[in-house]
Amino acid sequence: MTLTAPDASALHPDDDVAELQARFDAIIEADQRIEPRDWMPEAYRKTLIRQISQHAHSEIIGMQPEGNWISRAPSLKRKAILMAKVQDEAGHGLYLYSAAQTLGISRDEMTEQLITSRARYSSIFNYPTPTWADMGAIGWLVDGAAICNQVPLCRASYGPYGRAMVRICKEESFHQRQGFEILLELSQGTPEQHEMAQDAVNRWYWPSLMMFGPPDDESPNSAQSMAWKIKRFSNDELRQRFVGMLVPQAEVLGLTLPDPNLRWNDETGQWDMSEIDWTEFNEVLAGRGPANAQRIQHRREAHEQGAWVREAAAAYAEKQAAKQRQAA
Amino acid sequence: MNAQLNDAELAESAKAAQPAPATTKRDAASIAALHEAEAADVHVSVDDVDLAAELTGADASTMASPDVAEYAMRLGDDALILSQRLGWWISRAPELEEDMALGNIALDLLGHARSLLHYAGTATGRSEDDLAYWRDEHEFRCAWLFEQPNGDFAHTIARGLIAAIYMQELYTALSASTDASLAAIAAKSVKEVAYHRDHAVQWTLRLAGGTEESRARMLVALTDTWPYIDELFRDDELHERLGDAAPLPSSLRAGFDEIWSAVLAEAEIAEADFVNPKIGQSSGGGRFGNHSTHLGPLLAEMQVLARRHPGATW
Repeated sequence: MTLTAPDASALHPDDDVAELQARFDAIIEADQRIEPRDWMPEAYRKTLIRQISQHAHSEIIGMQPEGNWISRAPSLKRKAILMAKVQDEAGHGLYLYSAAQTLGISRDEMTEQLITSRARYSSIFNYPTPTWADMGAIGWLVDGAAICNQVPLCRASYGPYGRAMVRICKEESFHQRQGFEILLELSQGTPEQHEMAQDAVNRWYWPSLMMFGPPDDESPNSAQSMAWKIKRFSNDELRQRFVGMLVPQAEVLGLTLPDPNLRWNDETGQWDMSEIDWTEFNEVLAGRGPANAQRIQHRREAHEQGAWVREAAAAYAEKQAAKQRQAA
Repeated sequence: MNAQLNDAELAESAKAAQPAPATTKRDAASIAALHEAEAADVHVSVDDVDLAAELTGADASTMASPDVAEYAMRLGDDALILSQRLGWWISRAPELEEDMALGNIALDLLGHARSLLHYAGTATGRSEDDLAYWRDEHEFRCAWLFEQPNGDFAHTIARGLIAAIYMQELYTALSASTDASLAAIAAKSVKEVAYHRDHAVQWTLRLAGGTEESRARMLVALTDTWPYIDELFRDDELHERLGDAAPLPSSLRAGFDEIWSAVLAEAEIAEADFVNPKIGQSSGGGRFGNHSTHLGPLLAEMQVLARRHPGATW
């Protein structure tokens, strides 16, 4: 399970660091990909480990808010779609952990970082999902924002990450559609269902805009990531793009985006919108969102309660291997 | 059809037990087509999603006879209730691979349930959702095995093992049904159930042959689950009336026993290791609507939202 990445500097002991750096820079400049065995600056490696593992953790924690409705999904078709979706998220977590493992960190280490709250995951998953309409709003808004964030990552300079993202993005767009479909059905349903849909959009709209991160002038890691071509567009650019995508879709849905100041500005070529309440974002980020404790507790309990099963599998595999060695 | 479960087969099942990618459970081609456009750039259109053919069986106009409908409902309820149980594990499994594997199995079973309940409903003009959400406990026809709680992972595996061996015997025989819809549903389901059986066999071997703790837990799980085997193989008047449309449950028993014994032998477990001599087979009568205490709360949770909004569509 632990895939240790080669220590790139050890592979190139005699090479001059300046020369390696120049080669690395040239690969980035030429829009080609860095692969696990290539030399890379330590900061690049660390940035990637941080970003990819955070992304993996987000997929895994993200299973919880939706998993909450699998047992109560209101039709068998919806239950099947939701189950498939949450299961996809486990799969995304796996691809991403594998991509991070190529950089020299084990899945065990990453899991440990997550359940001891030393690693971050997307704050959006610290909000609860009190109604079925949240399944729609998460798909439409949260997965929608994730797609805007992630599609450019398919071209990220680090090969394993970019390739994992291609697979993930394909499934995410399916997720967004099913969310849209849930909301559409609710919006056109009974007055109570319509209200449920509007309420969920009201609750998830702003948090989904916050998923793009702080405004560009306050985003400390962005510039370096863009120079390294891990990141391709700025936070604000992506946020604008996302809002532009939502507006016509909200019209089709017959739902209102909860921002009275939202309108297209012909002069700036941008969407004008109300100021985002970053105090709330920072509170959730600091661990004071509604469900931060619950999310970690859930993950930790699953991990700890499964320990005896993982130990059994390892012991069994070891015994089988010993038998084979004896037979040979 | 009940080949001895030998080492080669077990080795084969080890390979098969690797979780399949999630997308294989949907129509991969249609999903791929669906994604083609979006993958290239940020662009999400708002067309309807076509989730491909979701229900197996003959064409929608085929109506089940009242007896066939009753039979399909029994099988559909078994699959639905077990799926409902397994869905709980998603996000709680011992490792990510198991979140996916148990999720896959739950999805397969839900697919079987939908096909069977859809067909069952044709006799009385009810939909799969009418049957799943609007029947009360005494109207459900699942056997007690499927209602049993998840317990720890060993209990889930013990229940899954019995269920999958039984279902594989059942669907294999039912593929030859004179009822075309039942035969079609069985033929599709049997392939998926083979994977479920391999998954359960592999975990039974790992838990029984892993650590002292895992072996002890596996034995407790077998003690608790074993009493619900016989109910699966009891014949009643419905089966007599169905004739060649469905196999007699009792006719499946020999095949079940053969595999069951082979798995236990491979796991180095004797029945005496887990059977409580003071407790025999349960006389539970799920097929007639008499259920264990576990079913009520399960249904309450499953049905709560649908029942809160009568007449609504989702």
